[in-house]
Amino acid sequence: MPDDAPILLMEHISKSFPGVKALDDVTFQVKKGEIHALVGENGAGKSTLMKILTGAIPRGSGAIYLRGQATEIDSPGRAQALGISMIHQELALIPYLNVGQNIYLGREPRGALPGLIAWSTLYAEAGEQLARLNIDIVPSTLVASLSIAQRQMVEIVKALSLNADIIVMDEPTSALSERETETLFNLMRSLKEQGVTIIFISHRIEEVFAIADRVTVLRDGQLVGVAPISEVDMGQVVRMMVGRELGEMYPKLVLSRSEGEEVPRQEVILRVKGLSRGRDLRDIDLELYSGEILGLAGLVGANRTLLARALFGIDPIDQGEMWIDSRAVKLDSPQKAIALGMGFVPEERTAQGLFLGMAVRQNITISALGKISRLGFVNFRQAVGLAQEYVQRLNIRTPSLRQRVRNLSGGNQQKVVLAKWLSLNPKVLILDEPTRGIDVGAKAEIHALMSQLAKQGVGIIMISSELPEILGISDRIMVMHEGRIVAEFQRDEASQDEIMLYAAGGEGSNDRCQG
Amino acid sequence: MTVAKGRKTSEVSENLRGLVAVLRRFSVFLVLIGLCLLLSLLSERFLTLSNFLNVALHASIVAITAIGMTFTMLTAGIDLSVGSIVALSSALSAGFIVKQGIPTYPAIALALAAGTGLGAVSGLLVVKGGLPPFVATLAMMAVGRGLTLVYTHGWTIPIMLKQFTFWGSGELGPFPVPVVITAVVFMAAYIVLTRTRFGLHVYAVGGGEETTRLAGINTELVKTSVYVISGFTAALAGIITAARLWSAQPNVAAGLELDAIAASVLGGTSLFGGVGSVGGTVVGALIMGALNNGLNLLEVSSYYQKVIKGIVFILAVLLDLYTKGRK
Repeated sequence: MPDDAPILLMEHISKSFPGVKALDDVTFQVKKGEIHALVGENGAGKSTLMKILTGAIPRGSGAIYLRGQATEIDSPGRAQALGISMIHQELALIPYLNVGQNIYLGREPRGALPGLIAWSTLYAEAGEQLARLNIDIVPSTLVASLSIAQRQMVEIVKALSLNADIIVMDEPTSALSERETETLFNLMRSLKEQGVTIIFISHRIEEVFAIADRVTVLRDGQLVGVAPISEVDMGQVVRMMVGRELGEMYPKLVLSRSEGEEVPRQEVILRVKGLSRGRDLRDIDLELYSGEILGLAGLVGANRTLLARALFGIDPIDQGEMWIDSRAVKLDSPQKAIALGMGFVPEERTAQGLFLGMAVRQNITISALGKISRLGFVNFRQAVGLAQEYVQRLNIRTPSLRQRVRNLSGGNQQKVVLAKWLSLNPKVLILDEPTRGIDVGAKAEIHALMSQLAKQGVGIIMISSELPEILGISDRIMVMHEGRIVAEFQRDEASQDEIMLYAAGGEGSNDRCQG
Repeated sequence: MTVAKGRKTSEVSENLRGLVAVLRRFSVFLVLIGLCLLLSLLSERFLTLSNFLNVALHASIVAITAIGMTFTMLTAGIDLSVGSIVALSSALSAGFIVKQGIPTYPAIALALAAGTGLGAVSGLLVVKGGLPPFVATLAMMAVGRGLTLVYTHGWTIPIMLKQFTFWGSGELGPFPVPVVITAVVFMAAYIVLTRTRFGLHVYAVGGGEETTRLAGINTELVKTSVYVISGFTAALAGIITAARLWSAQPNVAAGLELDAIAASVLGGTSLFGGVGSVGGTVVGALIMGALNNGLNLLEVSSYYQKVIKGIVFILAVLLDLYTKGRK
């Protein structure tokens, strides 16, 4: 049974970084031609294991067998030569080179003289590779002008052109909309038919069950279990990942439905009328009530983030009116938005929400310094007190307030960002993909926190590309498509299918959209 | 029919887009032409053939240095030591001939090697020592100028030897030799950047170093090489400088790094790496040269010229930031 022989066996792998044991005696086995999911919370060791496999970092101890043979993988180039490719979470294409140049980077076809490149061969071959997977991109297109989904396709083509027969995909769907995810899955299935082995890392359990054949679960650097997907259910896998029962993944849903309690809708806290900005945002009307969570659904290109930025005064708008607490306001800077009681947790938390090299305490208190300083001097004791309060309230897991935020897990980093805003007691909180790339446990905590805030009267706008999340914790859902709001649902009316239909622009115009 | 019509309109818009792209691509040319028009209105002496050759001659030192600078900037680096390397190679080439009695061409070769070596040290400090390019080359700037002063004891070294001064003051047909050398350096750099694997890898390192490393490319070699190239072009500019001035002056080319960086940025090279071309750089150098020449013709004091140059540099960088932000 050649099919059952593992194409890859990583045996008793251990790896330590200063102060952390990232991998502890992990054995990982993949069969030829399967889609093998590798799951675990952040910090479970998935990335470390894959970095060892792809030669990005050396292993501590253990052995790697490829097609039954003991193999040394000591550099990315070696991994490539062995047919192993990794598609990284942060897409690894060079934006100002074109598609063809990116695909053949480092192995450009040689020209007439040594050192020269045969450009025409390069573009012709890149074109063939793209055509083979029915991807409609011209090889001379600059990568910077492609969408995230298209870039991912280019990455896959790049991997295949390396004759990779083992492809590692690290969170490939985290930046994709549902429809793009489906396209990616179809591509993965056809690769599988061609005998390509895929190792699929994902935080989204639903996706693992939709696409994978088998799943390996890691926790805290150790192997917890391996199983064919058909023999386990989501609850079991999540339990293996977090080491405890899956609490309420979507607490608000469970909470309010089970208690039969509707979250009381109160007064309009934020009102927007006719907001437009070029072709990006068109005639947006929106009302946010205090104490509600408004979910903003849409595909990539719906410009939900641009709407959030416009609301927060980051990008200038062409026209439109806004009221906060029924007072007309003109938001033209984040400072003003903050002064008026708004908070914005951006999608790219590491780049826009955190000071990675600074301590937890400094990150939490930086926006509230006005409250805890006098004549420009920060009251150290108050700062510690404030930070301490939020670390406890949000259950931020950090060894001390002096820990640098860089060293926290993604979920705890996100909690620090939230703490920063909560310390200002905002009335309106805009959260852009608040749980992207965050493990299941921390996700549940953030959801619980959101519904707690809503109960205290904060109005929350949540942008999310995960429909179950949107459906799970929103009181009301708005769907955007190409810069317009095309539909609005109360929670009970909404279904995944209908939201998708509008988000994809299916229900052409405005017959049921105004709310 | 409708299909054909559709194709036609899309062709038109395609052409329009192409035109816009071309205009944007050559906008630095338009700036140069505009500047020349302005200067010829302000001074009747500007628009003469001899003055144009004068501008080109003047610009050639900046252009050659800036071409090397462009290599470092494409990798998201910078080389602040170029002015000092110019001075050092001036002093060494002239001094080796005059003081040590070494024959002309071996002396030139040794001076080139010294400048290139200084560039290699910068490169190694960046790659092996992990120093930011700004810091490594700032240190080399001091070292290079210091070595020049040590070697010359602060004195100017005069050199009249025709075989040597030809390389700065001679003419090939109608063209001053430095202009011809610039053209050759430009052609070589252009071919390297657009046709070779190394050239592509220079862009790649600036666009994403980790990606490039993971593609199996020796990024350390690429990064070291660009400082070697920059050191070489600066040394070459130094020899031309001495040959043009008939002397090596220890304080020559102080502040040249600013002209070179400004020329690159004006020519469209991004301070953030990954974007740029040597064609643009040469035009950028011509702009700096024309500006220099024009201000001289208008009898603007050299003190004010420095202020104006600084302002032009800031405008060029602002333009770079602005176009980046709008992408």
